[in-house]
Amino acid sequence: MSLEYENDGALHAKLVEEVLSQYPDKAAKRRKKHLSVAKSGEEAGEEGEVVSECDVKSNIKSIPGVMTVRGCAYAGSKGVVWGPVKDMVHISHGPVGCGQYSWSQRRNYYVGTTGIDTFGTMQFTSDFQEKDIVFGGDKKLEQIIDEIEELFPLNNGMTVQSECPIGLIGDDTEAVSRNKAKQLEKTIVPVRCEGFRGVSQSLGHHIANDSIRDWVFEKKEVEFEAGPYDVNVIGDYNIGGDAWVSRILLEEIGLRVVGNWSGDATLAEIERAPKAKLNLIHCYRSMNYICRHMEEKYGIPWMEYNFFGPSQIESSLRKIAKHFGPEIEEKTEKVIAKYRPLVDAVIAKYRPRLEGNTVMLYVGGLRPRHVITAYEDLGMVIVGTGYEFAHNDDYQRTSHYVKNGTLIYDDVTGYELEKFIEGVRPNLVGSGIKEKYPVQKMGIPFRQMHSWDYSGPYHGYDGFAIFARDVDLAINNPVWDLFQAPWKKSPSRGEALAAE
Amino acid sequence: MPQSAEKILDHAPLFREPEYRHMLAEKKLNFECPHPDQIVTDQCEFTKTWEYRERNLAREALVVNPAKACQPLGAVFAAAGFERTMSFVHGSQGCVAYYRSHLSRHFKEPASAVSSSMTEDAAVFGGLKNMVDGLANTYQLYDPKMIAVSTTCMAEVIGDDLHSFIENAKDENSVPRDFDVPFAHTPAFVGSHVDGYDGMVKGILEHFWKGQERSQVKGTINIIPGFDGFCVGNNRELKRLLDLMGVSYTFIQDASDQFDTPSDGEYRMYDGGTKIEDVKKALNAEATVSLQRYNTRKTLEYCEEVGQATAPFHYPLGVQATDELLMKVSAISGKEIPETIRLERGRLIDAMADSQSWLHGKKYAIYGDPDFVYAMARFVMETGGEPTHCLATNGTSAWQAELKELLASSPYGKDAQVWAGKDLWAMRSLLFTEPVDLLIGNSHGKYLERDTGTPLIRLTFPIFDRHHHHRFALMGYQGGLRVLTAILDKIFDKLDRETSQTGVTDYSYDLTR
Repeated sequence: MSLEYENDGALHAKLVEEVLSQYPDKAAKRRKKHLSVAKSGEEAGEEGEVVSECDVKSNIKSIPGVMTVRGCAYAGSKGVVWGPVKDMVHISHGPVGCGQYSWSQRRNYYVGTTGIDTFGTMQFTSDFQEKDIVFGGDKKLEQIIDEIEELFPLNNGMTVQSECPIGLIGDDTEAVSRNKAKQLEKTIVPVRCEGFRGVSQSLGHHIANDSIRDWVFEKKEVEFEAGPYDVNVIGDYNIGGDAWVSRILLEEIGLRVVGNWSGDATLAEIERAPKAKLNLIHCYRSMNYICRHMEEKYGIPWMEYNFFGPSQIESSLRKIAKHFGPEIEEKTEKVIAKYRPLVDAVIAKYRPRLEGNTVMLYVGGLRPRHVITAYEDLGMVIVGTGYEFAHNDDYQRTSHYVKNGTLIYDDVTGYELEKFIEGVRPNLVGSGIKEKYPVQKMGIPFRQMHSWDYSGPYHGYDGFAIFARDVDLAINNPVWDLFQAPWKKSPSRGEALAAE
Repeated sequence: MPQSAEKILDHAPLFREPEYRHMLAEKKLNFECPHPDQIVTDQCEFTKTWEYRERNLAREALVVNPAKACQPLGAVFAAAGFERTMSFVHGSQGCVAYYRSHLSRHFKEPASAVSSSMTEDAAVFGGLKNMVDGLANTYQLYDPKMIAVSTTCMAEVIGDDLHSFIENAKDENSVPRDFDVPFAHTPAFVGSHVDGYDGMVKGILEHFWKGQERSQVKGTINIIPGFDGFCVGNNRELKRLLDLMGVSYTFIQDASDQFDTPSDGEYRMYDGGTKIEDVKKALNAEATVSLQRYNTRKTLEYCEEVGQATAPFHYPLGVQATDELLMKVSAISGKEIPETIRLERGRLIDAMADSQSWLHGKKYAIYGDPDFVYAMARFVMETGGEPTHCLATNGTSAWQAELKELLASSPYGKDAQVWAGKDLWAMRSLLFTEPVDLLIGNSHGKYLERDTGTPLIRLTFPIFDRHHHHRFALMGYQGGLRVLTAILDKIFDKLDRETSQTGVTDYSYDLTR
């Protein structure tokens, strides 16, 4: 269900020009490279320049003092990749804050007895004090690992998530982890995800991926009877249950999900991953690294897919099925047919209420493109989109999704986003908690697109229904019409005449 | 198929549907390699024992579920309480994203702050360039009246010197020479957010007061609220009381408007806050009153240094604490406490008397920042309740001693225990081994409520999972009424729940209580 439309590229170009004019020269020059207007295929590439349709620079340092929305490598590792692995204890190693602010905030749903056999919604910290900075924290880390083992004996392993000071004071968390792992016969993974490394969360994803390669794979004999339809789901963090509504579909088409990375995952699911037949990757940005590694080392192919909205779900299911052949393909068509009435009913209910509404997105490294078609399935129009921490390959992929004239912003600053939203006045903005309240104050409906605004899941057919409901309730709530005090409203012509 | 367009199920009901229960059970069985159920149950039961408690409390290095945050959060909160002030946090940028999110999730409001975005090269060469460029960008983009600089632990570990960096930035015209850039070093590995608050407020006062001539204006008072997630309700309530008394006062740091901006179509990046002119004039006040002693230790020392009288309080909540604050203010200002306030006091006492039978002898566990815990313990005792466990992860030994003295002064405090430096995993053991009727804390306490069944009353920062509580005052007599009502509602709701089974327990499902 592809929606045909074109955005107001001229307006968007003007907005870009306007925001750049407000920066000091040096900053304007740097920010210019991150802002653009998507061009159609014919316009792009003239004068021999190698450009994608969304030609912006990405994955480079943020400018100081401009209010970037980005986080850090720790957030990418502990917050995103490792944190959801539920049967391991993840130690926020360093001062108390990082673990405190990220505690239970990503809504990585899991099933387990928290504090006993699972530890997802807990905050384990080494709570560094001045003496740990001065004398080093390795001894303390050893003691922490022992204390975890005593008080939480059913943990199936630990990770040491380094915060900024660890790398600066020269602690050897690798040596501590290696020794303790040997002594306790447990998996202990040191992750050098100090917040100052890299330019955003993104390097933290990469470092976390590498730590799986180096500290988990091939460390244990994995007993597992492999089957012909075994797949790993990679890069689904089960936010609000996303991985569950995806899993049910994959199982229905006849596949066996032997591991989910990393929402609701156990260490065992990660360890056995190299035995699967195919890696299905949802969040390409945060986990493509380990897929490439498994391809090189174990010959496991990987495939990107998109479970946001029926159009993408259908084409993804068919693409996945094709890989496995006629038997799965046949089941897949049945599954698609089974859900078609639900999809039709959801669209029939909500499309008339949402048709033509405009949306601006600003999210992390995947959703700024992945959710676009889900909105379009509801008849909505994407006027602008951008990523916090995408790389060039993400913007290349984005060009398959966005329409001509779409406003593109990479690592947008608070100032830019506010001005863009003011200038465009979309009907909905989808972004994060830091953006939510400023946007709503402007009288513009908003949905958090990291946490699903405490709702979800949004993946899969079951999730699409919830997504449609949530978009509708955001846009069509009566509160947006109450912003202006009636005595401040300029009287309409009719009222003015009547008063005379 | 559980989902339908007519009745859309989101996560809470959806995954209780048979298809999903079956799927998750199969996942666990076939793919998770879980521990056998019996082992999990046994361990779960073991964590409820005195033996586990002893091991848990003997922990020396590991901290689990602490009730404190790091210094820069306090500094960012503090800066938000001054007119058109932008927080500039020098160091790694991820930290700033965290402070902003944390504050927004509690207040349901925008929270602005910028970072100097230091990365690996800055870790090697220092962050001077980041400061120089950063201040220029902030100044130009966000049009602040003041930029308040604090630090993340990264900048502290490499030893960046804020004073000289800011001077350098001014030399390079990042901001005009006379533009106000106060600062505070706020290492995350020392103290907690309350100390960051202290440091930033002191930094701002020093910036404006240093080298200035003080000419005392008799009877004028500065009020420093401290880090307070209820500042929106509390500051406004206190101002109302002070206005009723006709006192001449200045709030030093007041985020009540910043974190409560209206929705009328305009996004206000800055709103309210102590005016810079007023901060300057505040040097001349006769006295500075701190509403939270453990949030303002250094600031009050500084106020004393410049010659002001000081008076620290512990989050004036409840009857006697409010009495003391008002009498102190009256003594300094020479203004009488008007009859209207005495009547308000009487109404709180009236409410307490009406409800005393439901409150007498109830046992409480209380956690939070040191001054809050002190205040709640005191109010609980005023209602005839017993503050069985008083815990502050960021409580010092001085706090412990002071609170113990308070508890010893009342028969209701004789069995109370004070836990300085302990965390909420320790509290879990305390609640299992020495149970209480009610738990007073913040949203993090919901895990304790789930595990131990102790009803949680959310009365302190951060409150993420309930809306708008912070808009209502806890301090003063009016605030006392609100706290009282919150406690009573929790008691009555629980009692109704426990007596609502038709034909079994509902003989006690009384219409009037």
